[in-house]
This record gives sequence, C-alpha cells and structure tokens, in this order.
Amino acid sequence: MSKTIHAPLRREELEGLRAGDSVLLSGVIYTGRDAAHKRLCALINEGKELPFDLRNQAIYYAGPCPAKPGDPIGSCGPTTSYRMDAYAPTLCNLGLIGMIGKGQRSEAVVEAIRRNGGVYFAATGGAGALIATSVKSAEVIAFEDLGTEAIRRLEVENLPLIVAIDAHGGNLYEEGPARYRR
Amino acid sequence: MRELSVKRIEDTVYALFMSACCEIGEDVLFLLQKNLQTEESPFGREVLRQLIENDRLAAEKKMPICQDTGMAVIFMDLGQDVHLTCGDVNEAIETGVRRAYRDGCFRASVLSPLTRFNTKDNTPAIVHMRIVPGEQVTLTAAPKGFGSENMSRLWMLTPSQGIEGVKNAIVETVRLAGGNPCPPVVVGVGIGGTAERAMQMAKHSLTRECGTPSDDPMLAEMERELLERINNLGIGPQGLGGRTTALAVHIEQMPTHIAGLPVAVNMQCHAARHKTAVI
Ligand code: SF4
Repeated sequence: MSKTIHAPLRREELEGLRAGDSVLLSGVIYTGRDAAHKRLCALINEGKELPFDLRNQAIYYAGPCPAKPGDPIGSCGPTTSYRMDAYAPTLCNLGLIGMIGKGQRSEAVVEAIRRNGGVYFAATGGAGALIATSVKSAEVIAFEDLGTEAIRRLEVENLPLIVAIDAHGGNLYEEGPARYRR
Repeated sequence: MRELSVKRIEDTVYALFMSACCEIGEDVLFLLQKNLQTEESPFGREVLRQLIENDRLAAEKKMPICQDTGMAVIFMDLGQDVHLTCGDVNEAIETGVRRAYRDGCFRASVLSPLTRFNTKDNTPAIVHMRIVPGEQVTLTAAPKGFGSENMSRLWMLTPSQGIEGVKNAIVETVRLAGGNPCPPVVVGVGIGGTAERAMQMAKHSLTRECGTPSDDPMLAEMERELLERINNLGIGPQGLGGRTTALAVHIEQMPTHIAGLPVAVNMQCHAARHKTAVI
C-alpha cells in the first residue's frame, strides 16, 4: 500500500517514512538539475535572494522534454542524483527537505538528510512518459535561459515514488542490493 | 555506381530518430517481460512493470520513452559504389537530427563542454562512418542518454591480467555504477584494438539486437557467464535491489598490441534505443 503525501512537505509527515516505503506525492514541487543548482548556490554565496523559498520544499532532479501542444509537459523522468551531491547539503541547510531523483547519494547528503529531517525519494529512471501523466501543470519560474535546465514549478498528482534514504539511517540503495546479492 | 541524394540520408536519419526515441524495440520489451517473470524483488517487479507500461504509453502517444533523448549517435556504413549527390552528407545528417529533435519535441541536451552553452538543437551528432563494399547505405540511429554513458569505463589492462582480469573489469564497472545508469542495463564491451577503438566496439555492440549472443562461441560463452555474475550483484532494477541488473552483455573483440589489453565498457540503460534502415 502506498502512503499519500503532500508537497510542500511537513516534517512531521516525513518523520514517519522509512526507506522502502512506497508513496504517492501530490502538490507542488520544483525541478532543478545541474545548471540550476550551480546558480542557486552561487546566489546563496553572494547572499542574494533565491527564486523560491526552499523551506519545506522538494526539488525534483529533472529536465523535461518540451511539451507537445495541449500537454502540460513532455517526458519528465528523474536524472541521476549524485551530480547534485556537491550542492544538496547547502540547500538542505536552508530548509529543503525533499529530494527526488535516481541513484545513490554521497555521505554528506545522507548526513544532511539526517540532520534536517528530510527524505530522498527515488523516481523510476527512464519512465519519463509515464511520470508525465502525474504532472498537471508546469511553469518556468527561474533561469529560463537554461532551457530544459530551468527551474519549473510543477503541480503533481499521485507521483509514484519510493523512499530511498530516510532521516533515520535507512538507505535502500544499500539494503536492497544486499538482500539479493549472491 | 549508384547515385544517391544526400536528402535521402537526411530523411532517413530523421525518420530513424523519430522512431527510436519513442518506440522501444521488441528485443528490449521481450527481455523486460521475461525478467518480470523471474524477478524476486517486489520493488524490482514494480519497476519492471512501470517500464513496460512506460514503453507502451510512449509508443502510443508518440512521446519520448525517456526525457533524456540523448546525444544522437549514428553508425553509417557507406557502400563504396555509392556516389552521394546534391550536397554535403555531413550537413545532411545534422539537418536530419535537428529536424527530428524539433518535430518530435525531444530534449535539446547538447552543449559546449566548457562554457555549457546549449546548441539548442541537439547537434552535433556523433557519427561513426565506415566505407564498405556494395552500393547500399546502412544507417543506425542510437540516441544515447548520459545517465548510463557517464558510468562507462575504459580499462587499459596488462596482458598478465588475462581473461579473468577482463571479466573482473566488466563486472566491477557494473558494480561501481550501481543504480545510476537506470538498471536493468545492457552492458556493451569492446576488447582489444586501441583505446578509442575498444570504446567504439563497445558502443557498436549495443546496436546488436538485445540479448542475441555473439557469433563467436568464446564470446557468447563469456557473455552468458558475465550476465550471471552481474545479476548476482543484486543491484536490481533502479538499484533498489533485485535479480535483474542487466538484460544482456554484448561483447566485440579485435586484435590488439602485444603490450596491451584494452577493455572498454559502454553502459546502456534499459532505454536501449536503436533503429536501423538500409537505403
Ligand atoms: S540512463 Fe537512460 S533511462 Fe535513465 S534517464 Fe538516462 S537515458 Fe533515460
């Protein structure tokens, strides 16, 4: 059975989640990948204002395809998360508590998740057409010049995710493979 | 001598990418279904089910299977008795790619490596051209996503490391990649030649129908053994644990130098897209 959760997220709600839980996420999330992370961290370094308040938000590591006429978005699966590891702890310290992507994270990110009470969710990599059906609207809110790498505000409904890393030391990328190794 | 307008090449490149980005091959679909029957992990089965559903949906809606519609890799075998007319064939290929990525609503993922300025039309393509006997042109389009490309590795082994060393290098590449390249993967391997030729063979092996063994019995046996060892890693679909880490291992080889043993591993995700046409 999948748990239903809403974004912006609530810390109390995330606390109950454990690595291996299936969830359906609805609400508002923001896309951001390599170039957007670089810019966000540059703004933070310069002490400037960010295009959106990170507190209690979830960032989805994704760069969608252009939408076909009439569709809110094109294919929109996750990108590999480790490339955002260099930036993620900085964002977590400013209140970001949800990250959505694919693949293992660094020790520093795992630690930032633990410290801030966040969650790292895995979306299914390469299921971009399927995931697009959960996206109800998409709007570029920053860095439009980055094209697919711009930050988009997405309204999602029942986006299927798996809790990959929780705030209590659970890590499905370690526990899962250990179970099936021979 | 056969005359062939480069416009035919352009249109064929266009059609191949339009199809490859949205329609997964029967070969991949068959292997996803087959592994769904045997996968032990509930997450693994759920991921495989989602991938099969995704691939069906993409074909039906003419939508990209994956948002990473990749760099446009093309293998072109040009018959030596073909005389290409009506313009520059290289330009024709680029135009075919440009049109497909625009009309298909595919992602423009290509940029300058240092300044990171996007070229906005997914060009340039990566073209591997060979001159072959005959008067036909064979074109294969293989859009390549970088989640898996980034997990590729070149091993310049020493001859003393031998066949065992080669096998270990291949398994280690997949182990280190973990969930990053969107498993289940197809593992493309090139053994021998020079550094760059080894990787080219690895890439070329991925255009083989997925899961078809090599014609060389020794390589076919290695492919079978490696698939088993890789699936025993337990990485599973999306790296969440399971028995289906790879759908297939494809190996090509050629002679190398007395001092060397190059092994290139080109990782390919389950979105193993490749379409071929003969003109
Ligand atoms: S690795 Fe393949 S399936 Fe995964 S996001 Fe990249 S192109 Fe898509």
